[in-house]
Amino acid sequence: MDKRHIITVLVLHKPSVLQRISGLFARRWFNISSITVGTTENPDIARMTIVVKGDDTHLEQVLKQLNKLVEVVKVKDLKHNNYVERELCIVKIHAPTESGKSQITQYANIFRGSIVDLSAETITVEITGDESKINAFLDLVRPLGIKEVARTGLTALMRGSKILKSNKK
Amino acid sequence: MTKVNNVNGAEALIKALEAEGTKVIFGYPGGVLVSFYESLCDSNMIHILTRHEQAAAHMADGYARVSGKAGVCIGTSGPGATNLVTGVATAHMDSSPVIALTGQVSSNIIGDDAFQEIDSFGIFMPITKHNFQIRQADDLVDIMRKAHEIATTGRPGPVHVDMPSDILTGELSKAVKIPADINISSYKPTTVGHPLQIKKTIEAIMNSKKPLILAGGGVSIAHASEELLEFAELLNIPVCTTLMGKGCISEKHELSTGLTGMHGTQASNNLIDKCDLLIAVGCRFSDRVTGKVSEFAPNAKVIHMDIDPAEIGKNISVDIPIVGDAKRILQDLIKQLKKQKRKHEELLKSENTPENSNLNNFNSNPNLNSKFLDISEWSVEVKKLKEESEKELSVTVEEQQNLEKTDKEKIEKIEKIHPKVAIYDLMETIYDIDPELENTYVTTDVGQNQMWTARYFKFKKDALITSGGLGTMGFGFPAALGVKFAKPNANVISISGDGGFLMNSQELATMAHYNIPVVAVIFNNRALGMVHQLQSVLNNRQSQIDLGETPDFIQLAHSYGVMAERVSNSKDLKETLKKAILMNKPYVIEVMIDSGHAVKVVAPGANLTKMIEPENKEPCSEKILFKDMVSKL
Ligand SMILES: Cc1ncc(C[n+]2csc(CCOP(=O)(O)OP(=O)(O)O)c2C)c(N)n1
Repeated sequence: MDKRHIITVLVLHKPSVLQRISGLFARRWFNISSITVGTTENPDIARMTIVVKGDDTHLEQVLKQLNKLVEVVKVKDLKHNNYVERELCIVKIHAPTESGKSQITQYANIFRGSIVDLSAETITVEITGDESKINAFLDLVRPLGIKEVARTGLTALMRGSKILKSNKK
Repeated sequence: MTKVNNVNGAEALIKALEAEGTKVIFGYPGGVLVSFYESLCDSNMIHILTRHEQAAAHMADGYARVSGKAGVCIGTSGPGATNLVTGVATAHMDSSPVIALTGQVSSNIIGDDAFQEIDSFGIFMPITKHNFQIRQADDLVDIMRKAHEIATTGRPGPVHVDMPSDILTGELSKAVKIPADINISSYKPTTVGHPLQIKKTIEAIMNSKKPLILAGGGVSIAHASEELLEFAELLNIPVCTTLMGKGCISEKHELSTGLTGMHGTQASNNLIDKCDLLIAVGCRFSDRVTGKVSEFAPNAKVIHMDIDPAEIGKNISVDIPIVGDAKRILQDLIKQLKKQKRKHEELLKSENTPENSNLNNFNSNPNLNSKFLDISEWSVEVKKLKEESEKELSVTVEEQQNLEKTDKEKIEKIEKIHPKVAIYDLMETIYDIDPELENTYVTTDVGQNQMWTARYFKFKKDALITSGGLGTMGFGFPAALGVKFAKPNANVISISGDGGFLMNSQELATMAHYNIPVVAVIFNNRALGMVHQLQSVLNNRQSQIDLGETPDFIQLAHSYGVMAERVSNSKDLKETLKKAILMNKPYVIEVMIDSGHAVKVVAPGANLTKMIEPENKEPCSEKILFKDMVSKL
């Protein structure tokens, strides 16, 4: 059964690490739904959040192959609901009329989004949340005419005081 | 930049290699490597100028597999690097610790598509265990240490280091200091097997009635042959091996059931089908070993010991995984088992004391009356299957006399050797010279020659060097040259097909130039035998497998100044090989074998017990000449 898995990877902050990881996924036919990379509190370490679909055996291989990479410090799949996930989405919506604009503003408020740009023809909303919230918002404004969407892909952290630490001491 | 000791990158590199104990480098120079080759003049390291970078990588690989140290090869930027690729990928698939160094264009023009610039860092990434691109001369020494550490520990594998030319010519800002220990924070292979898993393994063994060991190349890499034997003998468990594991237990030992998989023995393949416990050590369950995965070892619980956790559960689902070094794990297992066995014997003794002898048997533990592990019924079955296999593997009178000749051959009285007989001839001659096979290495190329060797050559130790993972034609001959540098006093014999030999035959020049005493045996069937065989198994149509008039290998060898002889009967083959080995000179032996002979095989992806004997069939030599092709152009 294909499930969605969220994998957090801490890597050494070195050139070409992303190439190494995406190459690994590509040649083993692991499909990436989304991948985000950013710096962490430690300047030598970057954090990647990778979303993949597959069954449990598939996930196990993904984790093990990632772990094999010399630059990978720690790999963990975030199981069940013990994590917070967020994605940032910026969407430009067709809004040539005042009523359209106010409608979108209302929607944005409900979804705790914010208006980040405005033109005679369009309105641009920034919205963060988990995947389903963003999908719901996009579904809502789609009939009005979405001109463009930019999504960052998912990033996530475990809940509570748990943190990811290198197990390769 | 302040100069310290006036050391440039190239000099630092050489110091770093020397510190790693590098004795020999196989390589080919180029523009960006000028400073390296210049500095090499001041070193005691040997450099072998090969005639192609692919061969340099195979030589380094052969050297590494036998010496247990890293093998080093070097090529220039661009085409030098891409020529190394096949050799490095070969080492990668067989877990061989090769250090592949490549020159790169100067860092200020990287990315400009400069002359001979190629993204070798990117190209080598998926075919190495790890790779580096050096960005400043000061990092060179540390990176060389890291490269060796990564290549030779855990599951070994090739490491590539790309070195821009200005970094090789650039001065270091600090003195060269070789780090004794290098801490790579994110690289910590597990070597010790988990005690709980070891305990579970022992329980599983004790509960089994039909245990079987499957040993792979990881056993040889871990130098765990002795432990494997002790473990098997302790419990009387039969052992089959993969191609890469061939010889890690003597194939003449009564517990050895020989090769398994696509070209395996019937005994091994049937035992896998029947066993109730499969104890896999250092193998990765490649498709060549498993055949149809869903029908592989259908009745067995599987224990898998491997240093690479990613191999466990990758192709075959495993009941008891043990991550660690095969030698350590086997030692731990042996220790525990011996302890238990002692306890068991003591209990048995106390049960049999006179006071106990008249005790009612109902009260005693039934296991105590039995052997430590009673698998006697299984042993009988194993023995029977082995005997049947032996019959099938032995040479028949027809084969010996080579009666299966085409009419044309009979009329023209063409003499040829049956390939199976040729392997026996080689084997007998080699064992004649070195009865314990202590001082002999055999490399093979890829194709039927490899599979004939795998099926019919019984190795008393892990003396077979072959490209099991990538299956690289052109591997065997240069690898043999590399082996000779690792073991200068050993007899090194390479076996190739005519097709594969031609893929790196230019190394005859290297062999001749340095006078490297290796015996290169070429099985000439004037065809790409293995593909021909595959064609007849799959759909019986022939295409592009006829090598026709291969060069006159004798003249070819002579043109390089190498002694050579063509043989077409058993007696001549034996005598020539003996002479060549004892003479200890570069030597080529061309063996004329029957073309069209097939090796017994399990069709790709089929059930292991369904071995078929493909039809023996002459390749049709329908030659179309250029002038006839022109009309189609
Ligand atoms: C570099 C490379 N190219 C192609 C192949 C595919 N291949 C496998 S075996 C084989 C035929 C080998 O012929 P030959 O070297 O004459 O050996 P034989 O099978 O006749 O013993 C080929 C083409 C390969 N393994 N390696």
